[in-house]
Amino acid sequence: MEAKPHSENWPLWEVFIRARQGLDHKHAGSLYAADVLMAIENARDVYTRRNEGISIWVVESKNIHASNPTESGEFFDPANDKVYRHPSFYHLPDELKNI
Amino acid sequence: MDLLSNYIIHQADNALILGHRNSEWTGHGPILEQDIAISNIALDLIGQARNFYQLAAHRINEMTPGEKITEDDLAYLRDVNEYKNFILVEQPNGDWAKTILRQFYFSSYQFLLYRELLKSQYPEIAAICEKSIKETRYHLKWSGEWVIRLGDGTEESHARMLDAQKDLDPSIAELFLPADFEFEAEASGAGILTEDLKIEWYQRVNKIFETATLPTVSSEKKAMQLLSGKKGVHSEHLGFLLAEMQFLQRAYPGNSW
Repeated sequence: MEAKPHSENWPLWEVFIRARQGLDHKHAGSLYAADVLMAIENARDVYTRRNEGISIWVVESKNIHASNPTESGEFFDPANDKVYRHPSFYHLPDELKNI
Repeated sequence: MDLLSNYIIHQADNALILGHRNSEWTGHGPILEQDIAISNIALDLIGQARNFYQLAAHRINEMTPGEKITEDDLAYLRDVNEYKNFILVEQPNGDWAKTILRQFYFSSYQFLLYRELLKSQYPEIAAICEKSIKETRYHLKWSGEWVIRLGDGTEESHARMLDAQKDLDPSIAELFLPADFEFEAEASGAGILTEDLKIEWYQRVNKIFETATLPTVSSEKKAMQLLSGKKGVHSEHLGFLLAEMQFLQRAYPGNSW
């Protein structure tokens, strides 16, 4: 019997790691796992073995929906020339230090 | 060498030999992610072994004027009959099911042991256990989940777990039979008699087996074995393992990198 490559049997998962308290979870990479417990443990073993994280999220890759690259023109280009959307046209009082 | 040094070396040998066995999977794991997982566990165990060997070497040097042995002497220059690890941990890897079950049996034992040794009157032993028990708790969780996954998995994975049980179950009884150094450890407050862990070990292991739809194991079963790793009487497998593990230090004494 020919063994199937695991990619045909096991789903792909996307891994998100939070490096420190107060930071966001950031995409770290992807891996294969048979179930959600294995996915979290694989993520722990693959992506946090050098002390990179304090929290892990995993989601099956098929549950991620992405924007379409062929639509990137109408999606993203119109924002190019709208500098006034940046809050850089206000005069801030001198007392405000931390903005 | 005094009995308490032997007690410490017994803990180190178990961790080193199982760590070495697990490291044999490196580059051969069933998939990349599990290759890394088992290699991480190997490194945890070898790290625990180092701590115990360092403690033993320090103790031996203090008690023996002029002696200057190191952790490496203990790991690389002792012969088979001086090793005090369980028969269980020297068993060959077999397939993934057997490796998983061996880890599950040992981690179930080691977790209960370390939990008790946190109260050791020997501060260095308690400290090593406090550091190591987090690793062991993870090994136990990881291997227990794999036992369930394989036992309650496909027809083939279930059959392989049954074979693994048949291979490894004769090695269980030794975990709870006392050696002379354990009586000494218990009397001095440094350690415990592992017989006290027996009931809880069987309860915890059988609970996982029930979830995994595997037959439970019985503590009533008499040990059929003439071997006792703790006392230095090993199976034929340990000699081959040491030959490979010790080769470099034997061929190039004192070499390091």
